[in-house]
Amino acid sequence: MSVDTEPIRGEPIRGGTFRPRRSIVVTAVIGVAFLIAVACFMTYDLRGSLSYALELRARKVAAMTLVGVGLSVATVLFHTVSGNRILTPALMGFDALYILLQTVAAYLFGTFAFLRIDVRVRFLGELAVMMLFALFLNHIFLRRTRGDVVLLMLAGVVMSGMFRAIGNLVARLIDPNEFVALQDRLFASFSSVDEQLLGASAVCVAVALVVVWRMRYQLDAVALGHDHASSLGVDVDRVTRVSMALVAVLVAVPTALVGAITFLGLLASNGVYLATRTFRHRSTVPAAALAGATILIAAQFVIEEFFAFNTRASMVLAFFGGIAFIALLLKEQRR
Amino acid sequence: MIEVRSLVKRYGDTTVLDCPDLTLDGAGVTALVGANGAGKSTLLTIAGRLLEPTSGTVLVDGHDVTTAPSRELAARVAILRQENNLAVRLTVRELVEFGRFPYSQGRLTDDDHRLVDRALDTLELHEFAARRLDELSGGQRQRAFIAAVVAQDTDHVLLDEPLNNLDLRHAAQSMAMIRRLADEFGKTVVVVLHDINVAAHHADRIVAMRSGRVVADGEPSTVIDEPTMREVFGLDVEVTEHHGRPVVLHFLAS
Repeated sequence: MSVDTEPIRGEPIRGGTFRPRRSIVVTAVIGVAFLIAVACFMTYDLRGSLSYALELRARKVAAMTLVGVGLSVATVLFHTVSGNRILTPALMGFDALYILLQTVAAYLFGTFAFLRIDVRVRFLGELAVMMLFALFLNHIFLRRTRGDVVLLMLAGVVMSGMFRAIGNLVARLIDPNEFVALQDRLFASFSSVDEQLLGASAVCVAVALVVVWRMRYQLDAVALGHDHASSLGVDVDRVTRVSMALVAVLVAVPTALVGAITFLGLLASNGVYLATRTFRHRSTVPAAALAGATILIAAQFVIEEFFAFNTRASMVLAFFGGIAFIALLLKEQRR
Repeated sequence: MIEVRSLVKRYGDTTVLDCPDLTLDGAGVTALVGANGAGKSTLLTIAGRLLEPTSGTVLVDGHDVTTAPSRELAARVAILRQENNLAVRLTVRELVEFGRFPYSQGRLTDDDHRLVDRALDTLELHEFAARRLDELSGGQRQRAFIAAVVAQDTDHVLLDEPLNNLDLRHAAQSMAMIRRLADEFGKTVVVVLHDINVAAHHADRIVAMRSGRVVADGEPSTVIDEPTMREVFGLDVEVTEHHGRPVVLHFLAS
């Protein structure tokens, strides 16, 4: 325990023995792991045209980084505003909604016509609907179920169940040919990332990250709980609203890019909480972002190189993430 | 100065608070007393802008708590609720540092650090500064929260049943500290208290409430008598005196 406590008084931090904060060490370690994962992924077993292979892999790495960063930061934000560390945006139905959107659009316009729309226009439309859902969620649930994890979780289960059920129903109504095309889109992997989308996604995630970073101290206060933060002069409702909009962006982007990855954010964020032992967003946000990207790239690397694509990274992550989730639930129950 | 202006709070058809006019001014401790559900905490939470009134408002130094920017109010009024469970694990020092948030927005200056140290000194918390709140006893934790309020350095301090769950010794210590907030730091302290005798002994002024209304208001010796106690608590009690302060023998009521 001696490592994580900041100096007892305010003064020693400015002189004398300087010991880097635990969170900085942890972030540095994760950063190195990230670089190693990227290096392995880029260079391992390169064959054929070097420039072609490198370009392909670089695009994959970029996509995975965006996805890992987006989902992890979204999860940290969601944890802070909902006041618990078990839920993830995915459990609240964010990605089920995205799949439903795709399905309904395919049903209404036909997959092929739908796919002809400019990918960026489509993406913006999807983003808008996801944001509306986030604000709805903020309005109906976060404000009323403040701190009530069970109720929030129940609402999430009901909503994602509902979205999935409607999605399945609509999928049955679709022409079988179109359904195949749709399914290809919904479970898109990293191999087929749209380049135009990649650029737009990077911009969205970057903007969201800037906003998160600027709010980092307010988020620290919000983590104390609604009343304490209000008493300290934080406009908690505003911070929550903005955070939920950011969560929508940071979940919609990865889902649009590569499909649903359920437990990545949960793994990365809780791993970081455990390792850094702090709630301060200036530490947890960068560390979780790096951790999410690292986990994803490492998992994909292992699967591509050693399991010969027989399984998907998202499935492996769901497996380990699921175990971590159950462990967290049990731990929470003991408290 | 805290001014209550035709304040009403309703839940559906039930009026839980109806306070047309109340002014709290100057250094001193004002105790809000009354039975459960009398509206004491409701009044306090609205004044601390944690709850929206149905109509009317509260002015703190002329700032309307329902409309003024939260950040501005945070430099004038601090509120401490009953349940002080934090969602995150903090050390005592980290908690007290949050008291400076209204001024530094999270980036503490040297001045802020000095004030945090002073607050820790005032409440004799230096030896616990690096300890986590959840490793402390209830009394120590209460002290840490009061230290954060001291660090926040507002003229007005609102405390909602600060003696809850404290044993006799810690309750007495807490009351002594609340007195110091008024006497040493010149703060206007408003405190919701359950125990009428604690209020009678420590408060400069008692505001007694029943069914959302203020039924008596004044110095302890003028407010606390047998008819008023019957009206406020619905209990026939004997009132006696100890060192010039009234004592209510509520435990002897039948």
